Amino acid sequence: MITLTVNGATHRLDIDPATPLLYALRGELGLNGAKFGCGMGQCGACTVIVDGEPVYSCLTPVIALQERHIRTVEGLGTPEKPGPLQQAFIDEQAAQCGYCIAGMIMRAQALLDRNPSPSEAEIRAHMEPNLCRCGTHMRILRAIRRASETFRRKSPAREASR
Amino acid sequence: MVTAGIVVMRALQIVLALALLLILAAAGFVLWSQRSEFAVIEPPQRTSFDNDLIKKGASLAAIGNCDVCHTVPGGSAYAGSRPVPTPFGTIYSTNITPDPETGIGHWSEEAFRRAMRDGIARDGRHLYPAFPYLHYARVIDDDLHALYAFVMTRTPVVQGPLANALPFPLNQRWIVAFWNLLYLDDAPYRADPRRSAEWNRGAYLVDGLGHCGDCHTPRNLLGAEKDGEALAGGQAEGWSAPALNASSPAPVPWDASHLFVYLRRGWDAEHGAAAGPMQPVVDDLARPDESDVRAIATYTAAQIGEPSAERRQKAEALLAQARDSTQPAKPNAGEETAAAIFAGACAGCHLGAAAMAPPHGIDFRISAAISAPDPRDTILIMLDGIRPPQGQPGPWMPRFDGAFTDAQLAGLLGYLRAHYSDAPAWTDLEGRLRDIRRSRERP
Repeated sequence: MITLTVNGATHRLDIDPATPLLYALRGELGLNGAKFGCGMGQCGACTVIVDGEPVYSCLTPVIALQERHIRTVEGLGTPEKPGPLQQAFIDEQAAQCGYCIAGMIMRAQALLDRNPSPSEAEIRAHMEPNLCRCGTHMRILRAIRRASETFRRKSPAREASR
Repeated sequence: MVTAGIVVMRALQIVLALALLLILAAAGFVLWSQRSEFAVIEPPQRTSFDNDLIKKGASLAAIGNCDVCHTVPGGSAYAGSRPVPTPFGTIYSTNITPDPETGIGHWSEEAFRRAMRDGIARDGRHLYPAFPYLHYARVIDDDLHALYAFVMTRTPVVQGPLANALPFPLNQRWIVAFWNLLYLDDAPYRADPRRSAEWNRGAYLVDGLGHCGDCHTPRNLLGAEKDGEALAGGQAEGWSAPALNASSPAPVPWDASHLFVYLRRGWDAEHGAAAGPMQPVVDDLARPDESDVRAIATYTAAQIGEPSAERRQKAEALLAQARDSTQPAKPNAGEETAAAIFAGACAGCHLGAAAMAPPHGIDFRISAAISAPDPRDTILIMLDGIRPPQGQPGPWMPRFDGAFTDAQLAGLLGYLRAHYSDAPAWTDLEGRLRDIRRSRERP
């Protein structure tokens, strides 16, 4: 039995310990936000957050994730009530086909959690592993900058202490 | 009482005399360490250099990897200011574009030649040996002439210089004169008539401009390459640089043709991909004259030597096993988690390929890194992955630093070492992982 904690909820799954997290999320838990892109960690469509760090869920076997905290795009908000970063992606219309967007959002969320006001260079370096084949990169970058402003407005104390 | 007073006086006199001698000796040494200044020249015109000469200089500069240290990643080529970490402190590279004020625009060829051979700047200051003039001392005049033509025709850039971060007394440049007295031999390369022309060309480039020993030779406490241990394996920027002599750890022994492919293309099917500080080196070696890279491979293969029949046979067996392997190695008791991680994270790329062929990674049986004496290179590759230089194709591996804990990676490393190498087990892997993670933490 494998125990996974996803977006705060604990699940016990009877699956092969070498199963990639992505398959467990989509196949077992019905969390279809993270996508299968390349299966080799080259595109980032499967990105989720584990203990604060962005990871490729297609290459992370579930055995390694017991007692660790997994966050997926479903944990950031709902269609009715999107989270601030999700709202920024909507406001900037950053998705075209949308296939990469869950991964993009999770990688960006990991950055903003650690550093709510990253520089342009920091954003670009951090987002570099994730690809968008439609080419909406400029809108994605705008969405991250917009979310960063929202986060700064919401946590002025944290900003002042930086 | 009187005699005691005399003894004290005597002792004081001796101490004073010694102190005076010491001061005089130091002053004498500082004076002796001074070098003359070469006169300022007007930056030479591009038209004063022949095109073919500049081209030859470009080829040689690529072998010397000048751009690697003298360029800030993403910055202007050859304009310096890149931090070069040393065990003694951080040194910032100089601007070697022909800008007159911040670069070397005022340098005559004579001044350039002295800097390359003796480590003395135009104004007479000592350069630090992070600049590998101990190797460049081997370079013949003709080649220095071409290199001068190349650097003096780069785009001048106003940048730097940045002050080095060195503690006293190392921030006193004249101290380098003492070091030079111990270690600098500025005799140019002398050919070995018993060897082929290609071997000699390779020896000249490896020991001279290529300065391979700068990383691949172990260093003593004063930071100089150890005598008699040329290419016996060293360190570079937190990575280990493998031995390029008889103790080369590669499971499939290197030969000149595989070395050439590796150096020219950045990866070899039977050994793996360049990573860490070797990556910019192979990136440069795609550019020089092919014959020079072949010469480097020929000479280096000769240092590694012909493998014994037994080693050759073993290598053939490993290659055959790599070709036929379809399942991860069967785990021993306690290795189940590691084997599952291997199956889920590594096997997709590293299993079932006859030999490395991107995007297929290398089978670990023939990986030079998994059989290396120290685990640090494998650890760094696991944590940070491998990425080709910006905008270029090349071998690629994702980073796994966020996916796995130290305990999980230590288990995986132990499993790989136990099942995919004959070398003795690596020890204290969790401790090593913790230290390496800490040393590369984000500020």
